[in-house]
Amino acid sequence: MGQWEVYPEFEVVRSSARCTKCLGCVAQCANGVHQYDGAQLTCDSAKCVDCHRCVAMCPARALKIVKADCALRENSNWDSQTIKEIFKQAQSGGVLLSSMGTPKPYPVYWDKLLLNASQVTNPSIDPLREPMETRVCLGKKPGRPQRGPDGRFTCELPPQLKLAMPMLFSAMSYGSVSYNAHEALARAAEELGVYYNTGEGGLHEDFYAYSPNTIVQVASGRFGVHEGYLNAGAAIEIKMGQGAKPGIGGHLPGTKVGADISRTRMIPEGSDAISPAPHHDIYSIEDLRQLVYSLKQSTHHKKPIIVKVAAVHNIAAIASGIARSGADIIAIDGFRGGTGAAPTRIRDNVGIPIELALAAVDQRLRDEGIRNQVGIIAGGSIRSSADVAKAIALGADAVYIATAALLALGCHLCRTCQTGMCNWGIATQRPELVARLDPKEGAKRLVNLMTAWNHEIMEMLGGMGINSIEALRGNRLMLRGIGLTAKELEILGVAHAGE
Amino acid sequence: MAYKIEAQGLDAAGLGRQIQAHPGPVEVVGCLGQRFIGAGMQRKKIRVTGIPGNALGAYLNGGEIEVCANAQDAVGDTMNDGTIVIHGDVGDTVGYAMRGGEIYVEGSAGYRAGVHMKEYQDKVPVMVIGGRAGSFLGEYQAGGVILVLGLTGSGPIAGNFPCAGMHGGKVLLRCRPEELLFPGQVTALPASAQDLDAVRPYLEEFCRRFGKDLSVILNAPFTLAVPDSRNPYRQMYVAN
Repeated sequence: MGQWEVYPEFEVVRSSARCTKCLGCVAQCANGVHQYDGAQLTCDSAKCVDCHRCVAMCPARALKIVKADCALRENSNWDSQTIKEIFKQAQSGGVLLSSMGTPKPYPVYWDKLLLNASQVTNPSIDPLREPMETRVCLGKKPGRPQRGPDGRFTCELPPQLKLAMPMLFSAMSYGSVSYNAHEALARAAEELGVYYNTGEGGLHEDFYAYSPNTIVQVASGRFGVHEGYLNAGAAIEIKMGQGAKPGIGGHLPGTKVGADISRTRMIPEGSDAISPAPHHDIYSIEDLRQLVYSLKQSTHHKKPIIVKVAAVHNIAAIASGIARSGADIIAIDGFRGGTGAAPTRIRDNVGIPIELALAAVDQRLRDEGIRNQVGIIAGGSIRSSADVAKAIALGADAVYIATAALLALGCHLCRTCQTGMCNWGIATQRPELVARLDPKEGAKRLVNLMTAWNHEIMEMLGGMGINSIEALRGNRLMLRGIGLTAKELEILGVAHAGE
Repeated sequence: MAYKIEAQGLDAAGLGRQIQAHPGPVEVVGCLGQRFIGAGMQRKKIRVTGIPGNALGAYLNGGEIEVCANAQDAVGDTMNDGTIVIHGDVGDTVGYAMRGGEIYVEGSAGYRAGVHMKEYQDKVPVMVIGGRAGSFLGEYQAGGVILVLGLTGSGPIAGNFPCAGMHGGKVLLRCRPEELLFPGQVTALPASAQDLDAVRPYLEEFCRRFGKDLSVILNAPFTLAVPDSRNPYRQMYVAN
């Protein structure tokens, strides 16, 4: 310790009785917590990020990580995290940089919404024995049935994304996550009949094989964007914003731009990959419309265009503008969403929860009679199938999932992605760490998770006496609020439990 | 002979379909603001008379577009290859994020010309502006070459904040360094003979396209602006 150091947040505890000195922990920890000098094994807890890699891999179960009880004097105004942040900035002069979604105790409205179930009338349905539809088509729907000159229905629709279940993997760039993480997501999307999203890091040459299940992203930096990339995707997503950092661009440091990332992003090795905060050609809905149509034109009007925005204060009006821009799908990302790196102050203080944003957008588009013109994807911390069902009842067509998908791949949410030292091989580009993530096993775990969630969704639907996900969309009668204010209930458009 | 397409009465999508339907060179006549001409095109030559709309040659991947008039905003957005020649002025964000190919503008460019232009291996995009450029020239530039010649128009050769956020590539301006105010992370010095030799082929091509005299162009001082670092934000953050 020194004058400007704080006692470590975690302590690594080794049971000398159980430890066999196999030195597995030394090899496993890229942060250098465990060291062996030829005679003794020591731990430097100050380097520990609590990722649990060593704990999980210790064959003797000799390790545990505990929260240190050496605490700064408690103060509910100046809590220890706030004090430590001031120490860090006084030491470095730097902007605080964090990873994953905000840990602050903002309300999670999913946990204050309850689903309905049938009793006596409108009997519930058993999904094991009766047909249950969870397929979703995302895209523009005609306002009314169209008939040809012969009186028959014309069934030509604008391009749609067909999902076997109402869930997609949201954008994570190659660069923010590893090659093996991308491969696992791509394999799982293909097997599940859903989609994964390249993020703004381009599409690796090996993954063009998965293009029918790939959404390609166009962000302000246009990394890896070219005609072949645009035509490879099943859909194109314009990234205007991200829930974890609304109004902020992206920045992949040059240290992470190795040969393979350089090839995929099409920038020189070692060069910073800077995504500016705005798209410099978009100042209005008309300008957005121009980008939407330039992409449609370049892909011969065969691909749905998604516009992804962060949930912010005037999200309903913004979404209305996007719907009128010609976009086929709006993706709304709530402020609890994850990130590979974001300025702490932005992540923890900017944006609004997805639940309120989604309800406001769905209501606004219905009021304006244009809800059918766009599909809605909601994201920003969807943690379970119950969250999915509630999001759909609030008006989403489908949800974006990222943090939960990373957990399925082994992430333990230690929230230090920005270091690039992920011991689980996910948020790193170091070959020896990436190799720890088996893409096939990862894909299998993703398929397990999504399949389980889909089954749970079917059970919840069945309980409500509904046999298709379409009948739940925007069906807020299936929701009741618990412990919410009248204003919150008004925005969510739901009655209180007991009403 | 180029296949002639009368643009009048066609919307952007209709014009795009007609251009796409003809494998050989096409001439679009009577253009009236149709957007996205040549967007995503791989090869072939398009000549445009009349006034094209925004996003001309967006995602261009090869071939050539020649416009015998002014062009509007977002010319060559995210262009990967090919050539665009404008016998007139262009609007804002010409060559936004372009990664390859060449853009020659006889007149002046609006704001944010070459914003986030980048390069990759043998792909080094080039933009030559014969007149003047608006503010934020070469903003976030990460690669490629921008030349501004100041042959037409009046006032400063570029507007405010040239090369803001620049972290790659180079900008050559036909003026003295002290005529413009550059940001701290950019070094702007009088261009040497070698600096000018390196871009001579682009200047020759510009002269060939627009009937200019190279010796007149070179008979003036040039400024070379390059970034000091490819990693401008390295010291900005502290892990939390």
